[in-house]
Amino acid sequence: MSKPLMKKSHCASLLLLVVSGLAASSAQSQVTPQRLLDSAKEPQNWLMYSGDYSGHRFSALDQINTSNAATMVPKWAYQTMAGGKFETTPLVVDGILYGTGQDDRAYALDARTGRPIWQYQRALPADIRPCCGRVNRGLAILGDKVFLGTLDSHVVALDSKTGNVLWDATAFDYRKGYSITLAPLAIKNLVIVGVSGGEYGIRGFIDAYDAGTGERKWRFYTVPGPGEPGHETWEADSWKIGGAPAWITGSYDPATNTTFWTTGNPSPSNRGIGRAGDNLYSDSLLALDPDTGKLKWYFQFTRHDEHDWDATQVPVMIDQGEKHLIAQANRNGFFYVIDRSTGKLISSNPYAKVTWSNSKDAEGRPLSLKDASPTLEGNRVCPGAAGATNWMSPTYDPQTKLFYVTAREQCDIFSTAPQPFEEGHAYYGSAYFPNDDTEPFWGALRAIDPETGKIKWEWKHPSPTWSGVLSSAGGLVFTGDAEGNFIALDAATGKALWHFQCGASVYSSPMSFAVDGKQYVSVAAGSALFTFALP
Amino acid sequence: MPASNKSNKNGCLLRMQRLVVHRGRSLASVAAFVFFFAAPQLFAQDKNPFAGDAKVAKLGESQFRANCAFCHGLGARGGGRGPDLTRAQKRHGNADADLFRTINEGVPGTAMPQNGATQQGVGMTEAEIWQLITYIRSVQVKSSAQPLGDAAHGKALFFGEAVCYTCHMVEGKGGRLGPDLTTTGSARSTDYLIDSVRNPSRRLAQGLSEAMKEFSQEYETVNVETADGQKISGVILNEDHFTVQMLDLREQLHLFEKDKLRAFEKSRKSLMPAYDKNMLSDKDLQDILAFLLSVGAQ
Repeated sequence: MSKPLMKKSHCASLLLLVVSGLAASSAQSQVTPQRLLDSAKEPQNWLMYSGDYSGHRFSALDQINTSNAATMVPKWAYQTMAGGKFETTPLVVDGILYGTGQDDRAYALDARTGRPIWQYQRALPADIRPCCGRVNRGLAILGDKVFLGTLDSHVVALDSKTGNVLWDATAFDYRKGYSITLAPLAIKNLVIVGVSGGEYGIRGFIDAYDAGTGERKWRFYTVPGPGEPGHETWEADSWKIGGAPAWITGSYDPATNTTFWTTGNPSPSNRGIGRAGDNLYSDSLLALDPDTGKLKWYFQFTRHDEHDWDATQVPVMIDQGEKHLIAQANRNGFFYVIDRSTGKLISSNPYAKVTWSNSKDAEGRPLSLKDASPTLEGNRVCPGAAGATNWMSPTYDPQTKLFYVTAREQCDIFSTAPQPFEEGHAYYGSAYFPNDDTEPFWGALRAIDPETGKIKWEWKHPSPTWSGVLSSAGGLVFTGDAEGNFIALDAATGKALWHFQCGASVYSSPMSFAVDGKQYVSVAAGSALFTFALP
Repeated sequence: MPASNKSNKNGCLLRMQRLVVHRGRSLASVAAFVFFFAAPQLFAQDKNPFAGDAKVAKLGESQFRANCAFCHGLGARGGGRGPDLTRAQKRHGNADADLFRTINEGVPGTAMPQNGATQQGVGMTEAEIWQLITYIRSVQVKSSAQPLGDAAHGKALFFGEAVCYTCHMVEGKGGRLGPDLTTTGSARSTDYLIDSVRNPSRRLAQGLSEAMKEFSQEYETVNVETADGQKISGVILNEDHFTVQMLDLREQLHLFEKDKLRAFEKSRKSLMPAYDKNMLSDKDLQDILAFLLSVGAQ
């Protein structure tokens, strides 16, 4: 290749090559807000955490489909060589893959080969306060930058061409228990993030930063302060350490200019004494104006939560004719369908074993049984502390009109552990015990019909998994298991068509992309990002 | 709390950290002779400053519930993978300094993590560790936990009449169909051990653990029928959705793809017979426990 090029080394043609090369590369790197809105027009790219603003985690690519999935082969693996859980969902833009890794790594790879173009790792302080692993779930991209939320509670903009830091904004003092693990969401010219730290007695918030400068444009505190509506749902000063972190990426409805975010547990997670009241806006779905951060409406899934049932599951936008909805399979075991314009509940149905509720209020919200509260000696409740599902992404397939979610069948014995609050120290107020049942814990991928709340099929996992789910126009759903398998199933029937043993449990949500007309599917497992395609 | 995978840890990194800690300590010991100021910190880890303080024990109980109970159970009586800590005899040392070291540095090669390395929180302070030790001492049984049995007779039963050895190994001798019991005596409460013998199916023992996997494989019973009609029973060594790795009753290893089997059936009824009092008297059981305890304490 290089020889003929050398022979033709006329100045003019070289110049032309350079100029056209530059033009191409700059076109490649510019991800405009309009491109994000029109992500459906470029199914070869995966432009944000859930693939698009609706939270569907659906790929419109169909090269890999039910007729040929059985022949899929691994194409490449990228090793971070880092320990702990690898939770990233990478982005792909015009042949370049942008991913993250443990301890706030970030990298750009040749998406066809996995070969690195640049690599970045944040110099983290030794005393960061991660809750549950030194994890990161991915980047947002806008313009010529990718955005990383960090374990020391910063938001960092990296040059998408070099990995160089372009700006670095402090969201909060990490020493007080704040961290960021989610993939940011870019809307218009803003980068929106939420914090983690529900185990440290933080006061949760959602922030928006100017993508160009890193200047913070607004902050929405998920625990209302004095004088704000909802403040009365907190006992005395408990709001100051009320938790309600927003640690999973939201979705966005451009039609109404509303961004939907979800929040986690009130603090301390398993001890309600001292924080009497509903504890707004913990365990809630929030509808915010992305320009101002103003709250339009909220829906609280679990009032006065004492079981650590964060509502931090990606809010999925579903349209059924004239009905504009949000569906969420909640950690508390119920599948909720909510009107997207009003926040009004339409239905709630259990999709896993639930013992904490056997009745509903007038609006149809599940009511908690009085004796479901944790006790000092321990009280067995289903679902357990890890929930009927967790942060792993569900998917909505507009072709099958089914909602697929990773479910977990585990009950726990919930016990309180009275504990004084100390800033920056773990503040659980709780202890969990796997219960003593003879039944082992297990998991399943469940296909739910959002119209009825009924489960259409399930795929049983031998043990619970932390893998999310991807659906595709090829009639497939992809998921991983704790035993290390990455699996392709028929979206209509739940029949497994293909699997690959990754060698370690999958703790991530898969995605799909195409380069040069070839479709790929990627998933993080162990310390490696695996990428598969047809042979 | 996002994820409750409390056993999750970075083995390699941990080992490296431990190496650093150990080196740090021996260097500090040397330094103590040379520089006087190095001594107080070292000595602070030797003796519990709160010994016997009931109020501190209460604080320690909260620490225990938040940090330890997941594995060691409520009241420190042992759980799924953590030993019973109410035992007077601790496998990794009984002195205050031993407990401090075990809690702070973890136990290499076991599920016991280094303080602060569980990826949950930032770890306990030195004072909090001493609170925890004060609590553990407060629930520790006062008398000897040694069952009043005859260890020599227990050993004879184990390797003889009671035929435990056909499935269980102790110090390299015995079978593989059940868990190796060499360290079980020091790790489990007497109640747990008795229950395991009298009612083995109630709670199956844990087997293979994989680095990132949340739950260990258990000693489940399996019956398969191969494509050519051969029926094989045994115990599962490991399993995923698609394959199974098992030992048959003669300890032959079989590796199967499940979709190639005519039948695959798992059971949580243990292969181990439930030893009722006719099969094994209370006295003989106490003798076997005495044997396991004597081995475990070594």
